[in-house]
Amino acid sequence: MSTNDTPMTPAVVPENYLNCSSGFRSWFFTLDHKRIGVMYLASILAMFLIGGIMALMIRTELLTQGQTIMSSDDYNKVFTLHGAVMIFLFIIPGIPAALGNFVLPLMLGAKDVALPRLNLASYHLYVVGALVCVLSIVLGGVDTGWTFYAPYSTTTNTHVSILTLGAFILGFSSVFTGLNFIVTIHRMRPAGMGWFDMPLMLWALYATAIIQVLATPVLGITLLLLIVERVMGIGIFDPALGGDPVLYQHFFWFYSHPAVYIMILPAMGIISEIISVFSRKHIFGYRAIAYSSIAIAAFSFLVWGHHMFTSGQSELMNMIFSALTFSVSIPSAVKMFNWITTMYKGSIRLDTPMIYALCFMFLFGIGGLTGLFLGSLATDVHLHDTYFVVAHFHYVMFGGTVIAFLAGLHYWWPKMFGRMYDEKLGRISAIIITVGFNITFIAQFIMGSRGMPRRYYDYVDEFSLLHFISSMGSYVMAIGFFMVAGYLVKSLVSGPRAHANPWGSAALEWQTQSPPVHFNFDDDPEVCNPYDYSRVQYDAASGGYVRVPSEVKPA
Amino acid sequence: MSDSQSSSHVDSAAHAANPNLQHHFDSMEQQYESGKLGMWLFLVTEILLFGGLFCAYAVYRHNHPEIFTYAHQFLDKSLGGFNTIVLIVSSLTMAMAVRAAQLGQRRLLTTCLALTLACAFLFLGVKFVEYEHKWKHGLLWGKNYEVQGEMAGATEALMIPAAPSQSGSAADVDPNATILPRAARAPEGLAAEVGDHGDGVADAADDHATHGLEPKNVHLFFGIYFVMTGLHGIHVLAGIGVITWLLIRSLRGDFGPDYFAPVDFTGLYWHVVDLIWIFLFPLLYLID
Repeated sequence: MSTNDTPMTPAVVPENYLNCSSGFRSWFFTLDHKRIGVMYLASILAMFLIGGIMALMIRTELLTQGQTIMSSDDYNKVFTLHGAVMIFLFIIPGIPAALGNFVLPLMLGAKDVALPRLNLASYHLYVVGALVCVLSIVLGGVDTGWTFYAPYSTTTNTHVSILTLGAFILGFSSVFTGLNFIVTIHRMRPAGMGWFDMPLMLWALYATAIIQVLATPVLGITLLLLIVERVMGIGIFDPALGGDPVLYQHFFWFYSHPAVYIMILPAMGIISEIISVFSRKHIFGYRAIAYSSIAIAAFSFLVWGHHMFTSGQSELMNMIFSALTFSVSIPSAVKMFNWITTMYKGSIRLDTPMIYALCFMFLFGIGGLTGLFLGSLATDVHLHDTYFVVAHFHYVMFGGTVIAFLAGLHYWWPKMFGRMYDEKLGRISAIIITVGFNITFIAQFIMGSRGMPRRYYDYVDEFSLLHFISSMGSYVMAIGFFMVAGYLVKSLVSGPRAHANPWGSAALEWQTQSPPVHFNFDDDPEVCNPYDYSRVQYDAASGGYVRVPSEVKPA
Repeated sequence: MSDSQSSSHVDSAAHAANPNLQHHFDSMEQQYESGKLGMWLFLVTEILLFGGLFCAYAVYRHNHPEIFTYAHQFLDKSLGGFNTIVLIVSSLTMAMAVRAAQLGQRRLLTTCLALTLACAFLFLGVKFVEYEHKWKHGLLWGKNYEVQGEMAGATEALMIPAAPSQSGSAADVDPNATILPRAARAPEGLAAEVGDHGDGVADAADDHATHGLEPKNVHLFFGIYFVMTGLHGIHVLAGIGVITWLLIRSLRGDFGPDYFAPVDFTGLYWHVVDLIWIFLFPLLYLID
């Protein structure tokens, strides 16, 4: 089992979804969920690069006091666009639309998602939305912050309307993906796979899809009203015309708080898969994890007011929202305990996906616990709009979602492209990214608790050292990311061919070849418990895992 | 919800002949059920899209009831009511179209779709007339709200066709009398907030001497009115597009007992568009 030699694979690559046809049209107008997933992946990674470069610009500007590389106006635009690009163009579509699109039908043993044309339309809308967003950047950017709070957003003369139009279009893209996933999970499960026989990734995607479908339309109407406000001046959010800017905040957070669960729930699904596979042990508390995904989706709609503790809403509302906010921590903690218990006495293998999964648990733990500081009213008044909030948000969104996205990317990479990456570099870069991340954001926790406000262009002397440390950490992270990009690209060109099941998972997506054929499976796969590792065993001859034949299966 | 599973992966040779069956489905039934669930979910998103506007309506009506009681009188109840009937009739013809498609009655299907389409155009035509009235009198949203000339004149022109029941004998003497007390009666609104609570009438009169006793920020009502009816109108336009496409396909003979899903799903959409109007009409036109 220790051997890691090149697997014995035929010199000629068998036909698969990547090489069955070629040309621009065969990709851009494909109905194949795998190709759409790969196109989404390429698109979101491009956006991650843009958003990441902006993050480095922000940190470089804050490296020293006063002006370092850009003016204060440019700084306002860069942090706005960093937020908008990362959230609307990278994290929200990241796991569901890219990885989810690829694996969801495979996990169901299905040929495609239920509504392939809608899936393609979702991607096309994503491209249009992304282009509109990029247009607003080219025209000179936006300086409102990614939340577009009225009344500043209704009065600034930067290109708010274009950027919000882009986000509006991206919202439709997200709705269509979510709608498609719900229908697919309801209607395409194979015979023998009940709701509680599904891999937990599907539960997570299902819960995510519920939020996408129920929350995103409210963002749609909010942004539409904001655009109408700017273009026609209807006065609904404009206090000068008798409108109510706090209503905008309510509308915005009614979507945008559930949206953070759109980002984190599928990440939790990935972790549930990886922890079990790399511990070679059945997931602990299957039903508890499944139900906690749904519980998080349900709670997510009831906590938006915790973004508005200082906006003047009534004390009673503050108390209710605070209590509900605390209750979200229960299902999150349920998952955490189940993952840890899954590893207990497992046979843990520290491959790259598992390293990321462990980093996720560490970072998400910090992110979740610091959320409790912000959810309690008294401390929030002190920490509101400081770097503490920024650090908390990044621990959850980056330490949680992005790290889990990387875990999933490394986990399914062999399935997606049929190639293995350099395992050693994978592990090293995972650790570099995690270390760099902690340097960057622990410094921000300290700054925030000492009163450094977020979004400020300049700072007083006492924060100089912490800002310097934070910026240095971001460069460390950047090095890690360039390493990842390097070895992943190299693996596409010259990586060893991947086995159908290199990690030894019992889930259906590993029962087809890597990469899968155009219609996913040559024969309908045999449905079984996705976490029953007695059904797969290592096969030294092929260098991967194969199914235990039914007749020799231990009784 | 999971009834389709039992039939999946069962040989579907009987259905394979149907050219409308997509490759990734096992049976027409599974395909139909998937489309139907998808359509219902889409309609949920539509309700939520409008839900934001209904929420804004509730907030503003709660905070400024005097604006709504005052301004709604400028809407033409009879035109609104007529449009409500038009949409309800169109829902009936749409439902009949779905039935006709299921039974394979092609001629009836085409007729019903054409009638639905005609109703949709009629609705938009009436809506256009209403919008034009508002436009002429400057009864618009936010910063474009500028009632020209004497308020009384504009009011009279709109009031008489709009609310004949309210034009009692007092109204004939002084048109202002029919609308003014409304503004003064609501003590908790913005008009009253700016001044003395006990003296709402006089206060409003002082503040708005040029506009008679019009409450403050009447344009908020028209902002909400135009956004809600406008978004609804866009949905009617989209419905017109889809029904036209159905009409062409029905003339081509695409639909029958084996394949009627597009007619069915469009019918669901059209009923939701109708339903939204059925809420809009009383909320905007029938406030008293």
